[in-house]
Amino acid sequence: MLGFVIQRLIQASLVMAAMSVIVFVGVYAIGNPIEIIIPPEATQEIREATIRSLGLDLPLWKQYFIFVGNLTEGDFGRSFIYNLPVLELILGRLPATLELVLISVISATVGGVVLGIYAGYRPDSIIAKTIMAVSVLGFSVPSFWVGLILILTFAVNLGWLPAGGRGETVSLFGVQWSFLTFDGLSHIVLPALNLAFFKLAMMIRLARAGTRETMLTDTIKFARAAGISEGRILRRHLLKLISIPIITVFGLELGSTLAFAVVTETIFSWPGVGKLIIDSIAVLDRPVMVAYLILTALLFVLINLTVDLVFAFIDPRIRAKGA
Amino acid sequence: MTLVLDVQDLCTSFHTRAGVVKAVNGVSFTLRKGEVLGLVGESGSGKTVTGFSLLGLVDAPGRIDRGRIVLNGQDLVGLPERELRKRRGRDIAMIFQDPIATLNPLLSIRTQMTMALDAHASMGRAAAEKRCVEVLEKVGIPDPRSRLDNYPHEFSGGMRQRVAIAIALLHNPSVIVADEPTTALDVSIQAQILHEMRSLAQETGTALIWISHDLATVSSLATRLLVMYAGRVVEEGPTAEVLNNPRHPYTRGLIDSLPATAEPGKPLSQIPGTTPSLLSLGQGCPFKPRCTYATDICDTAPALSAVTKRAWRCHHPLAMEGAA
Amino acid sequence: MSASDTQSPLRLFWREFSENKFAVGSLVVVVLLAVVAFLAPLLVPQDPYNLELLSLLDARRPPGFVGSGGYVHVLGTDPQGRDLLSAIFYGLRISIIIGLAAGAIALVLGTIVGIFAAYAGGWIETVLMRVIDLQLSFPAILLALVLVALLGQGKGQLIAALVAAQYAYFARTAYGAAKAERRKDYVEAALATPLAGYKVAVRHLLPNCMPPLIVVATVQIANAISLEATLSFLGLGLPVTEPSLGMLISNGFPYMMSGRYWISVFPGIALIILIVAINVVGDQIRDQFNPRLRK
Repeated sequence: MLGFVIQRLIQASLVMAAMSVIVFVGVYAIGNPIEIIIPPEATQEIREATIRSLGLDLPLWKQYFIFVGNLTEGDFGRSFIYNLPVLELILGRLPATLELVLISVISATVGGVVLGIYAGYRPDSIIAKTIMAVSVLGFSVPSFWVGLILILTFAVNLGWLPAGGRGETVSLFGVQWSFLTFDGLSHIVLPALNLAFFKLAMMIRLARAGTRETMLTDTIKFARAAGISEGRILRRHLLKLISIPIITVFGLELGSTLAFAVVTETIFSWPGVGKLIIDSIAVLDRPVMVAYLILTALLFVLINLTVDLVFAFIDPRIRAKGA
Repeated sequence: MTLVLDVQDLCTSFHTRAGVVKAVNGVSFTLRKGEVLGLVGESGSGKTVTGFSLLGLVDAPGRIDRGRIVLNGQDLVGLPERELRKRRGRDIAMIFQDPIATLNPLLSIRTQMTMALDAHASMGRAAAEKRCVEVLEKVGIPDPRSRLDNYPHEFSGGMRQRVAIAIALLHNPSVIVADEPTTALDVSIQAQILHEMRSLAQETGTALIWISHDLATVSSLATRLLVMYAGRVVEEGPTAEVLNNPRHPYTRGLIDSLPATAEPGKPLSQIPGTTPSLLSLGQGCPFKPRCTYATDICDTAPALSAVTKRAWRCHHPLAMEGAA
Repeated sequence: MSASDTQSPLRLFWREFSENKFAVGSLVVVVLLAVVAFLAPLLVPQDPYNLELLSLLDARRPPGFVGSGGYVHVLGTDPQGRDLLSAIFYGLRISIIIGLAAGAIALVLGTIVGIFAAYAGGWIETVLMRVIDLQLSFPAILLALVLVALLGQGKGQLIAALVAAQYAYFARTAYGAAKAERRKDYVEAALATPLAGYKVAVRHLLPNCMPPLIVVATVQIANAISLEATLSFLGLGLPVTEPSLGMLISNGFPYMMSGRYWISVFPGIALIILIVAINVVGDQIRDQFNPRLRK
């Protein structure tokens, strides 16, 4: 088991090293931030001083090593625009995004698994067909459009829920959270629904396919032949048997939901990391872009690592192999 | 001996888009306490569907059209699912071909056995464990108490099938339907399990329905044979009599294709042709296209002929050699 | 069955396809939208890209308004005074062109990479596929977002970003199919002959990759259209002077709160119909190619 973990950790560090090079070269080799930061009417001296203070005059490889050296010390540089340490900037916005992403992915997974199992268990029922039609829509309709419709319906026409912002927050462990107040909760419903819609569709499909396949296996027939009730067969046998692909996708989706939060946060003016990155891209605030990409990659790697470990926990066969 | 199972005119069909498939077409037989009945036929002959019908576990679009399945004096056909479930595992149990596929790889043996126990009895943890150990011991699992917390992949194929048999035995059912339970195993382990099953049947009084395409294994175990072809019983009788003196040409063909009966150096004989599609069965004897004895009369369905203990469904039954 | 065996595979395929009325309807919709998009200049009352024709007096007018041009704005006008119907038809054109172009280039590029990896084997295969897998685990939208930000705005840049974000799906699919075929004896035998390696790849590996690639292509064209709309919505797509559907929706967004729903809603409906129709057609093709679902 320990060997398995170490092997995965080495893989993870290699991926991170590769990512840091790709991201750095990608972001620094293309585009010219000088034009944006320095006002055109600035004197030559101010121009050069600014370039020097940002380290933009050094050769690219030197800039990279300074960058990596700083990274390992937790220094991601300063934002050109906000003139704040990037890490501070991102960490300050992270709770809002994490809150939104976790609520979306968890509710999409729970809802998707329940609906998907139903659709797979009674594939010919009208309810199952309705569920599948909704999931086709969820797959096809672009996320930003779903967001607009949600606002139009629930905020503009019905006036039930607010259309943007985080609402009232409460401090817990020194961080502000929305989901702990009623007002905050009402603000999070629409963006979370928006973000969850696509994931819900995906989880429904996954759970349905798994259910249809598993219900035909001898494991289920044998359990039925032993007189075990359908409810217990679904809860104890089926749920565990379809859990592996669902956990894989859950992990992957956690990452991609973080990316899609960019769109949702823009529509609902949710003050998270996604909104920050869109604003930074618009003005080519390179340190923020780099730090965002590196941190996202790190998050991906960590999630994959966790998923692997969770597998080993669920499946005794993997546990045995890793030992 | 007491009659535990009485099946009369069982018909199970599958209603597909292409048409109605009559998988089981008027099957009748009886089973007494502790008896071992062999159900033999090629794949597609309806033997497995017969087994599933007995437990009320025919998957959609299949359903039992008519007939009676009287288990311990009560007809199961038409009973609601709730009532059927109460009997499954308690009065009638089933084991399957591939023990790798039947046990859930993600749950420990203890969990799987406890779930099967809980389905019909509520007992404390200690009592449940005692019962599990008892049954595992009976099927020949060494050191059962310590193996309860193992997972299926930690057992060999033969041991896994024993665990499956143990689960089937948990509630001392009157009947166990065994669908090719040794086909996936090594020959030496097959023999062991066959031997143990026979003594278990005698010891506990559980009657066995042993379904197999392999006449050799079945005949080493079963007291009576039922030969199925295209959804019908074509021949029935005590094992030794059927083997020594088959009346149906199909049974004769099965016996002749056994390696043990072949003369050394000669190629094994085969039954020509393949099993007919159950979708396009005509009026006549379904074996006609493959039968060397067939005549015009075979275009009409043969009725079941019976003498003491024996029955067959053929217009041209083979002669009784050295008839008693 | 025996009668249809003699027919060409294409006709058989169509016969099965036509059994699903919903899919046939969707195909009709896709074709219709494509025709409308390409004939747009002939069908609409106004050239929405000609800024001289626009009058701010006509801006944000509801459906049915008769503007300064003297004709009825059937679907109303946008914040710049464009006739929405005209803008939607032109926008459809941009969406379809970009979707097809990005899809086709990604298809060719991905297929070459995938088949090459399967054909080459060894460390080339390992490295290539590792990179592809790594890229696949990274959300396409993020990649496209960053690329568009770096490359600047314009059709070419947008297509490049979409291709970079999507070719990996084709590469993975082509690789999987080619790898399975590569292991078969007849390919090994063909490789043992003096026939050039690339000919074996083209003649034996490529045909076996086609069915799954076609399926991926339909899905990816729909995805490209959706991605383009998303990027335009975020203001990172095409120039403002040539509004695509995503930008029309984005332009109308601020006015939605005040009840001027049509500026966003009508382009949105056009976009959704296009994407859903392509996906339904793709779903049906996938089901037909999937041997496990065949009865």
